[in-house]
Amino acid sequence: MLRFILGKLVFMVVSLFLLITATFMLMNAIPGSPLQSEKAPNPAVQKNLEAYYGLDKPLIVQYGKYLANLAKGDMGISMKKKFQSVDKMIKQSFGPSLRLGISAIITSVLVGCILGILAAMYHRKFIDNLAMILAVIGLAIPSIVLAPIMQYFLGTKLRWFEVAGLNGPMDYVLPTIALASGPIAFIARLLRSTMIEVLNADFIKTAKSKGLSGYVIVVKHALRNSMLPVVTYLGYLTAGIITGSVVVEKIFAIPGIGKHFVTSVIDRDYPLIMGITIFYAVILMLSRFLADVAYVLVDPRMRAGGKVAK
Amino acid sequence: MKGNFKKPVHLMLVLVLAFSMLLAACTGNNNKQDPANNAGNEGTNATDAPKEPQEFRFTLASEPPSLDPALMTDAQSSIVAAGLYEGLTRLNTKGEPENALAESITASEDGKTYTIKLRQDAKWSNGDPVTANDFEFAWKRALNPETASEYAYMLFYLANGEKYNSGKGSADEVGVKASDEYTLEVTLNSPAPYFTSLLSHYTYLPVHQATVEAAADWAAEASTIVSNGPFKLTEWAHADKLVLEKNADYYNADAINFDKVTISLVEDENTVYQLYETDKIDWIGAQAGSVPSDLVQQLVSEKKAEITAVASVYYYLFNNNKEPFNNVKVRKAFSMALDRQSLIDNVAQANQQPAFGLVPPSITGPEGKMFREVYPDTGYFSENVEEAKKLLAEGLAELGLSSFPADVTLLYNTSEGHKALAEAAVDMWRKNLGVEVKLANQEWGTFLETRKAGGFDIARSGWGADINHPINFTYDLIHSKSGNNDGKYNNPAVDKLLDDSLVAATPEESQQKMAEAEKIAVSEDMGVLPTYYYTTVTMLKPGFEGVVSDYAGHLDWVHGSKK
Repeated sequence: MLRFILGKLVFMVVSLFLLITATFMLMNAIPGSPLQSEKAPNPAVQKNLEAYYGLDKPLIVQYGKYLANLAKGDMGISMKKKFQSVDKMIKQSFGPSLRLGISAIITSVLVGCILGILAAMYHRKFIDNLAMILAVIGLAIPSIVLAPIMQYFLGTKLRWFEVAGLNGPMDYVLPTIALASGPIAFIARLLRSTMIEVLNADFIKTAKSKGLSGYVIVVKHALRNSMLPVVTYLGYLTAGIITGSVVVEKIFAIPGIGKHFVTSVIDRDYPLIMGITIFYAVILMLSRFLADVAYVLVDPRMRAGGKVAK
Repeated sequence: MKGNFKKPVHLMLVLVLAFSMLLAACTGNNNKQDPANNAGNEGTNATDAPKEPQEFRFTLASEPPSLDPALMTDAQSSIVAAGLYEGLTRLNTKGEPENALAESITASEDGKTYTIKLRQDAKWSNGDPVTANDFEFAWKRALNPETASEYAYMLFYLANGEKYNSGKGSADEVGVKASDEYTLEVTLNSPAPYFTSLLSHYTYLPVHQATVEAAADWAAEASTIVSNGPFKLTEWAHADKLVLEKNADYYNADAINFDKVTISLVEDENTVYQLYETDKIDWIGAQAGSVPSDLVQQLVSEKKAEITAVASVYYYLFNNNKEPFNNVKVRKAFSMALDRQSLIDNVAQANQQPAFGLVPPSITGPEGKMFREVYPDTGYFSENVEEAKKLLAEGLAELGLSSFPADVTLLYNTSEGHKALAEAAVDMWRKNLGVEVKLANQEWGTFLETRKAGGFDIARSGWGADINHPINFTYDLIHSKSGNNDGKYNNPAVDKLLDDSLVAATPEESQQKMAEAEKIAVSEDMGVLPTYYYTTVTMLKPGFEGVVSDYAGHLDWVHGSKK
């Protein structure tokens, strides 16, 4: 197990280094610069700005300097938002995205699992059909459509919720639904199909014949054996959802991290592009790593596999 | 087997529990901020009561990149800075400069030196008096190459300003000096008739020397900003909101009515509109949120929204150095074959004004009139399809071409609005002239680089004002030496008129020359293709007064009030 974890960690560090290098070079290769502006800059002013941000040095020197600073934990300051340090910008904007993301993940898992279980238990009955229709709707309507619809009807028309902002617990409801509708549907369908399979397995039949109640069978026996694909999916979902959604954050005016992914590139804000890329990579790697570990914990067969691999 | 399963399930339960507690804790924190918000909202919704605190709320699409006067470059910063700082002059609602911190401004005979007396009762938010030294320090700091100020060129009017900024001169040579605590002596390179307007620009704002020298990032947080304006910044939650409160120590505090101003940062224009509808904000428009374009017609007809002219012009650049647009007749044909009113009515849809020149109607001109009142652009050229066809045929013949080149492209920066307008223009050229122009779009940064390098036949362009003066739209756009003349329009006669306008004896004569240059560039040469003058659509909640869009189309809220 320890070797498994160590191996993964080494792999993560190497990929991170490659990613930093590739992003740095690509970012500098695209046309445009952080100093771009529609009004032609005065040559003197332009020179001062380039010197200030070190953009007048050869690319390889800039790269070396960036790595050296990064090793010290310094991600630099934004070139667009004057004197705001990149790590602070990420830290500040990650908070709202994380809170909203956790709320969306919990909602997705709870609602998705309940729908999936009900659908499997009442396979080919009315509840199954209803749950799957909801799931199809959830998958089919993207958040860019769902969010403004909810905002208009539940916010502006009925005034049940605030149309934007994240100031109280109730403000989490609409963005959470917008973020969770897709994952709910996905989890529900995933769980339903594996569960139907498991419910037909021999050990469930044994349990039934022993006279255990339906509830006990589903929760104690079937669910555990059906969770594996959901756990896998959760790894990706977590990384995707806690790093913010450009669309949902924009519509509900949430001061989250999602918009940095887009605006940093449009602004050619080099330090912020690097910072946000590294941040996302680390989150993605960590959550995949946790999913791998969870895998091993949930499924003893994986543990055996791990041993063989030694 | 059972034993193996138990642990992970427990683990998961614990995790879920932990997550939900964390969530509860987080939302709990936010709750604490909530009462303040609610209190404010209830306050403004309540019926009239004496001494009820006045709050004004609006949105900005993104937060000000900087609130340090030397580093500001954009509309967002200037809208906030207008409340936060006080300069020597301030533009009134008509766009004319009025003395603010300056008590008197005296120009010398030759118009090159100014003696500015400051009022003595102005204070910084930390209690220190605002003195002439603060201005001298601020201007020299913005010019210091190490400050790397993007707008340093606004100070190049000062003698030796450019020299110092390009690292060739010293600060001592710069033409600004505090001769005593409340007197500022300014020397200019050449007479600038609009210098008092210039003084209202944010690059000319003072800064508090001790604060700036103590920390380079002094203007990045509400707690460290020291300002001297009618309002103080009390909260700056980055990417979320800014809160300003009335500065009781402001020398003219009686003229300020708002007690609190809340600026939320909301990017999505539809969300901005929903916030307005649900009474969470009091204003939309003029760079502080924008009214969704599909609602404009209806809202204007219901008198809920107003349309105001803005000092910006939308135009297309011709590549004057490349076939076929190196020929004046081809350029004229393209311009005359456009139906500008139809573009506005069917595509742009915000009652913009067709442009036949470059200087927008909200720019002031000589003798207290508007520039366009004195020098109307209506006679510059007319839209005429038959004439355009004839000119095109003649132009192509002059170039020795048997037909219109096949690979002529109109380049624009990626945006739905620019795309729709470009498509409509190309369609008009196809119908009216029988020529095929291709469309290409590029993302903003790439677009700017391509355009700068002249890699286009026709390119979209837009231009706004830095100061309320026609020089912004003449010298900057059609002088062959201007860095913004990306179409490389070059006419020595125009250059001479513009150069002469800078040293003209009177402001009237100066503007006369600018108008002549503009007329030649458009009417005779059609160096660029003017399309329309921008407007801004604004909405203000009933009960508010004195909140307006200024000449440049920026929200001016400082002197607003609530009935």
